[in-house]
Amino acid sequence: MPEIEKRSIEKTVYELSSQGRSTNLMPECDVPEAKLPVDLLHEDLHLPELSELDVVRHFIRLSQRNFCVDSGFYPLGSCTMKYNPKINEACARLAGFSQSHPLQPIDTVQGNLALMFELQEWLKEIGGFAAVSLQPTAGAQGELTALLMMRAYFRDRDETGRTQILIPDSAHGTNPASTTMAGFEALEIPSDEHGNLDLAALKAACDASVAGLMITNPNTLGLFERNIESIVRCVHNCGGLVYGDGANMNALVGAVRPGDLGIDVMHYNLHKTFGTPHGGGGPGSGPLGVSEKLASYLPGPMVCRLKNAEKSEPAEKIKPVYTLFTPEKSIGRMNSHFGSFGVFVRAYAYILQHGAEGLKQSALHAVLNANYLRERLRGIYPLSHDRTCMHEFVLQGKIEGSSVRAVDISKRLLDYGFHPPTTYFPLIVPEALMIEPTETESKQTLDAFADALKAIAQEAVDHPETLQTAPHATPVGRLDEVRAARKLKLRDDGLQIKL
Amino acid sequence: MNYLPHTESERRAMLDTLGVSRMEELFADIPEHVRFPDLKLPLPPLPLSQMELEAHLRELAGQDVNATSHECFLGAGAYHHYIPATVDYVTGRGEFFTAYTPYQPEASQGMLQAMFEYQSMICQLTGMDVTNASHYDGATALAEAVRMALNLASDGRQKVILSPTVNPHYRETVQTYLLGSEASLIGEGVVPGEMGSLVALLDDRVAALVIQNPNFLGQFEDVAGLADQVHQAGALLIVVTDPIALGLFQPPGAYGADVVVADGQPLGIPLSFGGPYLGIFATRMQYVRQMPGRLVGETVDRSGRRGYVLTLAAREQHIRRARATSNICTNAGLMALAAATYLATLGKSGLRRVAELCYHKSHYAAQQLAERAGLAINPHKPDQPFFKEFSVQLPRPVEEVNRILLEDFGIIGGFDLGSCYFGFEQQMLIAVTEMKTKAAINRLVDALAKVTA
Repeated sequence: MPEIEKRSIEKTVYELSSQGRSTNLMPECDVPEAKLPVDLLHEDLHLPELSELDVVRHFIRLSQRNFCVDSGFYPLGSCTMKYNPKINEACARLAGFSQSHPLQPIDTVQGNLALMFELQEWLKEIGGFAAVSLQPTAGAQGELTALLMMRAYFRDRDETGRTQILIPDSAHGTNPASTTMAGFEALEIPSDEHGNLDLAALKAACDASVAGLMITNPNTLGLFERNIESIVRCVHNCGGLVYGDGANMNALVGAVRPGDLGIDVMHYNLHKTFGTPHGGGGPGSGPLGVSEKLASYLPGPMVCRLKNAEKSEPAEKIKPVYTLFTPEKSIGRMNSHFGSFGVFVRAYAYILQHGAEGLKQSALHAVLNANYLRERLRGIYPLSHDRTCMHEFVLQGKIEGSSVRAVDISKRLLDYGFHPPTTYFPLIVPEALMIEPTETESKQTLDAFADALKAIAQEAVDHPETLQTAPHATPVGRLDEVRAARKLKLRDDGLQIKL
Repeated sequence: MNYLPHTESERRAMLDTLGVSRMEELFADIPEHVRFPDLKLPLPPLPLSQMELEAHLRELAGQDVNATSHECFLGAGAYHHYIPATVDYVTGRGEFFTAYTPYQPEASQGMLQAMFEYQSMICQLTGMDVTNASHYDGATALAEAVRMALNLASDGRQKVILSPTVNPHYRETVQTYLLGSEASLIGEGVVPGEMGSLVALLDDRVAALVIQNPNFLGQFEDVAGLADQVHQAGALLIVVTDPIALGLFQPPGAYGADVVVADGQPLGIPLSFGGPYLGIFATRMQYVRQMPGRLVGETVDRSGRRGYVLTLAAREQHIRRARATSNICTNAGLMALAAATYLATLGKSGLRRVAELCYHKSHYAAQQLAERAGLAINPHKPDQPFFKEFSVQLPRPVEEVNRILLEDFGIIGGFDLGSCYFGFEQQMLIAVTEMKTKAAINRLVDALAKVTA
């Protein structure tokens, strides 16, 4: 177990502030000063007053209180915490990408548009879709976008009676939340004893009131929906559309194209499948792939290649090859500009480094790692379902002869230097621990993690209180979340300092 | 080039543990006729090495004109401000950018405390009680604010007045977000900048009135008494703002706003061709349980030590599912960290200085353009004060002028207001930030004088 020093509390920027201290970064004003409209000015702005060293030390100390992929194994289920290649960071910072303005004339941003166009094309082929829009800024926004498109599609077909969206009980919470935002009703469909969507329940629910089904495949149990083709057929037969939640696409790249399974629309999570960093909570990127029937509803602007575009004769300026367009029946714009362009650069670089075969190898190894780790843990913790899993699997955080719960096991893992799995999700498995190792982890890391979970299982029997009071090696111990919600303190201005 | 660590013998050992001979056997649940398709990706025949990749991306990025290769006077919602070196240093720490959302607070105190500090500083900046831990960008923050106002209207109010001087892209985004609701947006036809005509639209069906201040045209709106009128009509006042302006000018909280949203891009986030940016969302404490997005709160650990957690999760999709206040999950955490570092670095006097420089330099540019190029400044409302952007009336189409500025003078010209405002034909919206030296401004003035002569 690593010895992590228990550090003292880190003061906030307001507590560190010293009246009158400042870092002077700005040049002298080199133009005559204009008259200020005094009645519009504020009296005082209470921001911290710090030196540059104060700022650097503070944020570096904060960084030292944060677990990350760069420092350790992060098997957070359905989050695909794989290694984020450093070259991609360097590329995203190139001035052409990072310093170009989104409203510049298109012939001045041909490099950016070329990159976006290629990425659209690659994502089309990887998913088997007719068109891709890069605009959604996260998976959840991709869901909302797709549902709004489905709404527009049915309105055009005079099928406004389609008000329901079917959602498996194992789904991410964003699915029903997006459904409500798009003005549909969410109807939950149970899972069967194999961890698949219950086909009989689905059939019973499919009628003319159904706009569609949202399905995550592999599902949040890490299992491929064996009946996927029957499921899709069932929904299509009643006139509905099928939405694929691409959160778990890391298992499928090069293994199967969701479009080939009949999925009508799916979001990708570039920040999961294509190795772009999660940023401690974002930015993400959730491009949407769609079949032919939904293509004209995609949000714009998108990028296309100009017809007859070719590099013109020497001595003349290069004519633009790429341009922006908005599809004919587009639902409109989902955000200020084109989406998370900086994330596109990283995903583009990721795909180029892997090539088609490399992408497939990543999926194969993600599935190998998950199955290997699952096998190593067999007999120590109950498995949710005893089936070959895809890129992740679900255990139950229960130990025979011990009162410990999944949360205790998760917190104890922190003492062993590992990030815990996703805990208490999916909701349909009691004491769920959802583990996704990803393909970039070595056998040694997987073995060490399995050994830690084995040791913890023994501790759970021998001295359960060690788990129930864990973590012990983190900068703070187990935090009181109930108190946080009851005695709300959502800001600290440093006006009343208490340590 | 890939990032797979297994040696052949390790892979063999793992397959033996599973009792299979090939990895492909693990994919038997996938229908055979679609399993392992031959992907026809238009990629180079071989994966690129890091060296080749970097060279390729340099070539691609090299095709782009940008704010460091040219003088940029384009704003209209995205701005070229100075980014202190501390910002990239902090956001470039793997500890922050390779972490996930802080679901395990004991292992995520760094990000949680940074978000708590972000929330604290944005509350001060906007004059509001509570700030969430970010949205995707300014447009989506506004869309969520409008949704919150509609949800709060217990009496079924279904109209929202959207000032035409709110950023056109924000207005489009709000419109898209409301496609699934019965709500309607009004105010489109009002003459830009005519606050009285907007107020006249208030009635008992209106849930919120949305203004932008300084507005999309760069000018301050007349907000005296506005909040009272909105509140008397039983509606909420939503204000879109520019966080840099708040270094010098009154925060929306001071004139009665109920929700303040902004794009935080000016706070240390690069232009990056439009994203990722930062959606700022701040409101009054009374609405905290209806607000969308993540919130970080202070608490204590088992031994009474101070710590931070995500709180009021009962509002959110992973708990409340179909009844959540929003579907937002991943947000713009790293961008909020950038903004927190930016605000901490510049501090009280530094942010004020940036705002003053923007104000003085843009006014110098306007005055010079009027005097030396003979151009009319803010022709629709010449007396209304402005912050860092203003419009000029050109005698020729903006697109034509911009082409000459770019090709002959190395200048990225301003935004074509005629492209989205009726009656603003041949008007260019020019942004002047602290990044523009007097010499650069003079070059723009000379160039425009020449082009319009």
